[in-house]
Amino acid sequence: MKKRFIPLILLIVELYVLFQNWIVKGLFWGSLEIKLATSFSIIVLTFLLILVFKPGLFSFLKENEILYKSFKEFKKNKGGVAGTFMIFIILYLAFCAPFVAPYPPDAIDYANMSASAPTFKHLMGTDDFGRDILSRVIYGSRVALGVAFAAVFVNAFIGISLGLIAGFYGGKTDTIVMRVVETWNSIPFILLALAIIAALGKDIINVIIAVGLTGLINFARITRSAVLSIKEKEFVKAAKALGSSDYRVIRKHILPNVISPIIVIASLRVGQAILLVASLSFLGLGVQPPLSSWGTMLKRGQEYLIQAPWISLFSGFAIIITVMSFNLLGDALRDALDPKQIE
Amino acid sequence: MFGYIIKRLLWIIPVLIGVSLILFGIMQMIPGDPASVLLGPKASQEAVETLNKRFGLEEPLHIQYYLLMKNFVTGRLESIYYKVEVIEIISQKLRATVELGLTALVIAVVLAIPIGILAAVKKNSVFDYFSMMLATLGISIPVFFTGILLIYIFSVIFNVLPSSGYGGPLWTKEGWAHLILPAFSLSSILIASTSRLTRSSMLEVLQEDFIRTARAKGVKEAVVVNKHAFKNAMIPVITNIGNQLAMLFGGAILTETVFAWPGIGRLAVKAVSYRDQPLVFGTILVLSFLYVVTNLIIDILYVFINPQISYS
Repeated sequence: MKKRFIPLILLIVELYVLFQNWIVKGLFWGSLEIKLATSFSIIVLTFLLILVFKPGLFSFLKENEILYKSFKEFKKNKGGVAGTFMIFIILYLAFCAPFVAPYPPDAIDYANMSASAPTFKHLMGTDDFGRDILSRVIYGSRVALGVAFAAVFVNAFIGISLGLIAGFYGGKTDTIVMRVVETWNSIPFILLALAIIAALGKDIINVIIAVGLTGLINFARITRSAVLSIKEKEFVKAAKALGSSDYRVIRKHILPNVISPIIVIASLRVGQAILLVASLSFLGLGVQPPLSSWGTMLKRGQEYLIQAPWISLFSGFAIIITVMSFNLLGDALRDALDPKQIE
Repeated sequence: MFGYIIKRLLWIIPVLIGVSLILFGIMQMIPGDPASVLLGPKASQEAVETLNKRFGLEEPLHIQYYLLMKNFVTGRLESIYYKVEVIEIISQKLRATVELGLTALVIAVVLAIPIGILAAVKKNSVFDYFSMMLATLGISIPVFFTGILLIYIFSVIFNVLPSSGYGGPLWTKEGWAHLILPAFSLSSILIASTSRLTRSSMLEVLQEDFIRTARAKGVKEAVVVNKHAFKNAMIPVITNIGNQLAMLFGGAILTETVFAWPGIGRLAVKAVSYRDQPLVFGTILVLSFLYVVTNLIIDILYVFINPQISYS
């Protein structure tokens, strides 16, 4: 029973939120934003219902021994579990922002113009335009996660492709690709991102490109070394002898074997990407003002640090909690997926 | 060994050429006609033509690159916004950045390594938990937020340290007072990651056989830790500091912006927001150069610390 306690509380909270929004406010299927929030809520609701009433439904996953052992290893790490929990909550806030946030992010409260301190009406206070900080922090998670995930996707795609090419073809191709990647890496991330933004201009898509093009080296290196060690194995040689194309060998035999280190790197990289996006926004070169993002809020908050410290403090804490959750998850995954410990 | 050092020194040249090529390549990504983008939509036809001529923007790419590098090295590359030579502006700002970066590096090394060692020696003590918790927090805090927190605590609440600006040369009291907060916030990431790594590396070394032998021989615990374990544990730590330097130089941009520190980082941000390409090129090349050189110095230090490295 104790195990079901937390899901049960979450389920009650979720039902309350849905009741308030779907039935009291009538927000069910309006704009794209609300459609997304509703779909995500339904998924969360189903998941919680299963956890509370039929927790045995996922037991077939236990039959896969490696997966089960990694999972048990993962559960031992308190930090990792806490991080995962936090990431779920942040994801929920990001998807269901219109359901959860008390006000729209750009609604101006004319009674509390020019930065009023936290009260019950505005739990985190308001900024210099009288906009609710809590709502802006919640909506900011969308920008942070959206841009970071997109950037890491670009990152992983290019990095893995380069690593595969270098490792699979070897020889001169390998040397050239890896040298280029190393030189690319010898420019610090922020500087490279700055140079890219200077060329392309300030825009949210350009931020994704800039962050996505930095830090390829970890993905490329890991993939390359994994390919090098797998390439000589019998099953790959057999597949080649049977006449499989290069593409098929890579997709069917090599990629599945490099997936776990890639997951670890990707989860650590999401944290870094969030930091980098926040940094660029803080410099005024990333996400531009009408959109609420944590970096731009911090930038404005610094100007009002004496009169209204809450603007920068709360958005800063949001960044820390999110980044720390991804770091904890990445560390725990690294420990859990380490093949040495699974044996 | 000298052969190795000279080889490493010569290695800078291809790296820098590579970096400048990458920056040049990124500049080619400017959508549309670069001259009109650089000068803004209101630029006269005449101005666009002069700019095209000056940078050879209508020449083939390799000649453009050659002209850019030649102008930069001979100091004739001019900033579009400031209308002064890029090298001149950068050399004015270089000192402040180097002062900030070096102080942060020294603070980090002086604080982080003892913290890490102490945490490892007193494993599972209150000090260990507390310092490692702070370290986990430290790697997740963005530098600029550390800066804002420090300003809030020391300048707004207690009002003991100035919140921004450059106070003057390092040997004056004013200069130090202005340097403390930026240097601390810049060093925070490095402190966090270095102390974590020092701890885990120390713990690993303390379990080795030769440590047990030394203890069995009756060597004092302080000597075991400071002499036998310390030197071996430092090898991965130094590698990590080298890797983290990128964070330091990237962080310099943010710290300089938070504290209005008149260094190259802030110049680079200004250059990017004005889209002043020659200045962007210059500042980022110089910062990358600083990064490559400090990394090299650490590589050479490595030779003295790790007796196992092969110099070939």
